[in-house]
Amino acid sequence: MVQRISREEVAHVARLAQLALSEDELDAFTSQLAAVLDHAADLEALNVDDVEPSTHPFPLKNVLRIDDPGEVFAIEEVIEVAPEVEEGQFRVPRILGES
Amino acid sequence: MALNSLEMNDWETVIGLEVHAELATKTKMFSSALNSFGGEPNCNTDPVSLGLPGSLPVLNEKAVELAIRVGLALNCEVQKSVFARKNYFYPDMPKAYQISQFDLPINKEGWLELPDGRRIGIERAHLEEDTGKITHVGGGGRIHEASYSLIDYNRSGVPLIEIVGAPDLRGPDDAREYVSELRSILVAIGASDGKMEEGSLRVDCNVSVRRSETEELGTRCEIKNINSLRSLGRAIEYEAKRQIEIIESGQEIEQQTRHWDEAEGRTHKLRSKEEAFDYRYFPEPDLVPVEPSEEWVKEIADSLPSLPRDRRHLLAEAIEVEPSETSLIVQRDLDTFALQAISFNADKNRVLVHLENNLADGIGELTPEAFASLTVMEMNGELTATQAKTVLADLVELGGDPQEVAKSHGFESMDNSELEEVVDRIISENSDDWLSFINGDETERKKKSGFFVGLIMKETSGQADGKIVNQILSAKAKN
Amino acid sequence: MKATEIVEKVSSGEVSARSIAENYIETINESESDVNAFNLVTAEQALMDADEIDSKIASGETLGPLAGVPISIKDNLCTRGVETTCSSKILEGWKPPYNATVIEKLKEAGAIIIGKTNLDEFAMGSSTENSAFGPTRNPHNLELVPGGSSGGSAAAVAAGFSPLALGSDTGGSIRQPAALCGVVGVKPTYGRVSRYGLVAFASSLDQVGPFANTVSDAALTLEVISGHDPRDSTSIPEKPLEISGFLNQGIEGMRIGVIEELSGKGLEGISPDVSSKVEEAIKVFSNAGATVESASVPASIYGLSAYYVIAPAEASSNLARYDGIRFGPRVEASTTAETMTATRTKGFGDEVKRRIMLGTYALSAGYYDAYYGKSQRVRTLIMNDFAKAYEKFDILISPTAPTTAFPLGDKTADPMQMYLQDVCTIPSNLAGHPAMSVPFGFGEDGMPIGIQILAPAMAEREMFQAAKVLESESGNGIE
Repeated sequence: MVQRISREEVAHVARLAQLALSEDELDAFTSQLAAVLDHAADLEALNVDDVEPSTHPFPLKNVLRIDDPGEVFAIEEVIEVAPEVEEGQFRVPRILGES
Repeated sequence: MALNSLEMNDWETVIGLEVHAELATKTKMFSSALNSFGGEPNCNTDPVSLGLPGSLPVLNEKAVELAIRVGLALNCEVQKSVFARKNYFYPDMPKAYQISQFDLPINKEGWLELPDGRRIGIERAHLEEDTGKITHVGGGGRIHEASYSLIDYNRSGVPLIEIVGAPDLRGPDDAREYVSELRSILVAIGASDGKMEEGSLRVDCNVSVRRSETEELGTRCEIKNINSLRSLGRAIEYEAKRQIEIIESGQEIEQQTRHWDEAEGRTHKLRSKEEAFDYRYFPEPDLVPVEPSEEWVKEIADSLPSLPRDRRHLLAEAIEVEPSETSLIVQRDLDTFALQAISFNADKNRVLVHLENNLADGIGELTPEAFASLTVMEMNGELTATQAKTVLADLVELGGDPQEVAKSHGFESMDNSELEEVVDRIISENSDDWLSFINGDETERKKKSGFFVGLIMKETSGQADGKIVNQILSAKAKN
Repeated sequence: MKATEIVEKVSSGEVSARSIAENYIETINESESDVNAFNLVTAEQALMDADEIDSKIASGETLGPLAGVPISIKDNLCTRGVETTCSSKILEGWKPPYNATVIEKLKEAGAIIIGKTNLDEFAMGSSTENSAFGPTRNPHNLELVPGGSSGGSAAAVAAGFSPLALGSDTGGSIRQPAALCGVVGVKPTYGRVSRYGLVAFASSLDQVGPFANTVSDAALTLEVISGHDPRDSTSIPEKPLEISGFLNQGIEGMRIGVIEELSGKGLEGISPDVSSKVEEAIKVFSNAGATVESASVPASIYGLSAYYVIAPAEASSNLARYDGIRFGPRVEASTTAETMTATRTKGFGDEVKRRIMLGTYALSAGYYDAYYGKSQRVRTLIMNDFAKAYEKFDILISPTAPTTAFPLGDKTADPMQMYLQDVCTIPSNLAGHPAMSVPFGFGEDGMPIGIQILAPAMAEREMFQAAKVLESESGNGIE
């Protein structure tokens, strides 16, 4: 049987998710993900074209906040436990490529 | 580049702009941290704008209101909208996804009218959040040579409206006009301060080229990092030439995202379509749909000030000219003043002339009544154009009544017999020129007319009315 | 001791809050090393907080409804200045700069936080074995799992470490461990309890809820933590629940349906022990005056499949922010992108990686419609089928978990087997409905069995009334 997800596809989603996988992990994850997708195959037989998708379980709308400044936030508590900080900014190594 | 302007004429440049404007709210899009420029790094942050675990977004009502204002000002349909997550990793984006709108933007399908009357389509204008700011340290601040970078999240979560224009623009001038018109609208409705230099207005530019008189759109490239109207024009010119050269050399355009380098005056490839991000958009589960009520939209519509387009049209109607002729006055914010002057029976044509040519630096102490009576004095021949200009300058500086200012300058129109004497004397002193005035062809006649008027004005120290001088000259020529 | 008793004794001055806290801390000291329910025991702070309650009593101040009651908190709820790890290496050492809303509410009510409990990393799992800090063991039998993902909280209550605990339930993470540990566990209606400060797993499914030894203690805790929170856009704008005063009203005339598709009759893998307990429960309800019939929620059989698309999809996005830039440990590499990848690769365990990749795949270009889009439609089907069932029934019942607690390591090699643990609990999360597990005797292995009671959105009160009836016949929680 053809697997529902290929090794290459798993490698691709790992890259998208910024995860590095060893060759062995790649094999293991491929068969595990394929098993889950196999189980989800029961959905394929369902015709739900005329059913609206639900993104929320409870139908709320227009939840808005008044444009008022809140209390000043204690940024020091974040800076204190941040991985690397310089002059109040978060420091990162070289960035390649641009958004 | 090798292409000359003649070859360029065989081509048409097609441009569609995506403009991001920061909305003028007090607080951020999804939290109560301040939306303010400058200040210590990271001082305007909180768990939401830092994307800390457990934090949740709550939508700012004012951001929605301003987005609706933009939509209405751009003649869009305001609709039920849903937020979506746009997923990609980049260090300036704290959650590694941007909350934006995807298939259901708050505003869709509108248009913007350029001063010349052409309508440019607006595909959508949707809400999204801004990212933090990265400073590259070392290597002259250039990204690839920097040794490390610092991130300030003060800008993270600032509300943005992204206005996606249709590919209806046809060249650098069009693009600049579009952006400056859009900016005027945004500022007029209080949606944004529109400052390109501070980054509160940012433009991404889609450029393609096609042979003139063809319909099909060419493959486009998107240009990023355009920071001024000037670079917008330059970038488009560069990019159009680049694309034409590629096609003329028999190659095909690759769909790319390109980066404008202002210093080098060229665009660089950032990535091709194949390398484009897979953003994995899906509806943002932490936010609920926004469905503005009809009453709210109406309330907002009623509160809109009149827009540059309406003002151009209104003034044009009052002055009885084409709307494009009033665009400068509207841009200078002098249209209300003009309309007031007209309501005091000012001469419409003189209003237009003075506001365009003589009041570029503002009206100062000039009142609409004084302005109106000045134009009336001109039309009655009480003041020559030159004298009027002098009086106007005084009125701008000091205010007052034009009659009195004219008197204080000794500007009293000469009576015609006095003037005729001067004209006769000048004619007799320049008889050769007079003959060529009488017998010359159209061109010659015009030339000599200018010559005589100039001399007579000089002789009368500008007190003569140019129009009357011309009348006298023509009458004498016929005799 | 029951929480309700503690409140009474502490408030009346009969027992000091300090001595209550000391008692529980002693129990923790005795057997925590066997059970490993906690990632962190905050004994010192707990005693200080208890002293504060005592001094309030001394000065005659009014006390909150949970005054002096120790409570354990699942370690995915943010506690200001107190390490919050989600049992993940990627958050090791992280101290949130703010409290979750539920924590604020508990403190206001006078509850004493006694520690942060272990969980499956980021709440992904059904056995609390996927913890970076070692598995929690079932206090009823240390060779067996406590269930998950809130296994630490369930075990803490079962082991007598605290009378109350908070957990979170995305697909059964409160109810299944409650069943396996023989305690009461409640997942409220989605939106009843604020998610602000709950580290997100799957935002549209996550809900915070209580664990307790008795139904009335669970009710009291839920009352305290429920209610509208303006910081959570999905929070239902309703006042806090009032249940306690209505607990003993009985179920005379209540229409109860037994979900065919989730019980022994319609579902493979339900153990005979569990099935026979469901039959017993039916008798209890009938004897108490309810009508009990078979009910059908046909689409619920697709719940597991839809869940294992929707939850990972949302998780893949929610967990993208763990990139080592702003918080948590960082694995430094030569570029930012490599640093992010190294941090995530080292920081996340296998189950989390599995779900991130599954979700990324389900959202990626070309697969969205087939997986995510379809699952959201199936979600609607499940809601519709529940709605139909609730036309005929006030509440529904089913087993909570298919089996009693299983040995450690039993299902770790086969993720799909582990996922099947949640088959009965998932439909309520997809529909956003309240559901709870009530301990109802033991299996032949001597391990606890739970009955799941499901109710329509907002109908927690009826659900609790039925739970109370079941409890009084189960030998648990006798007053």
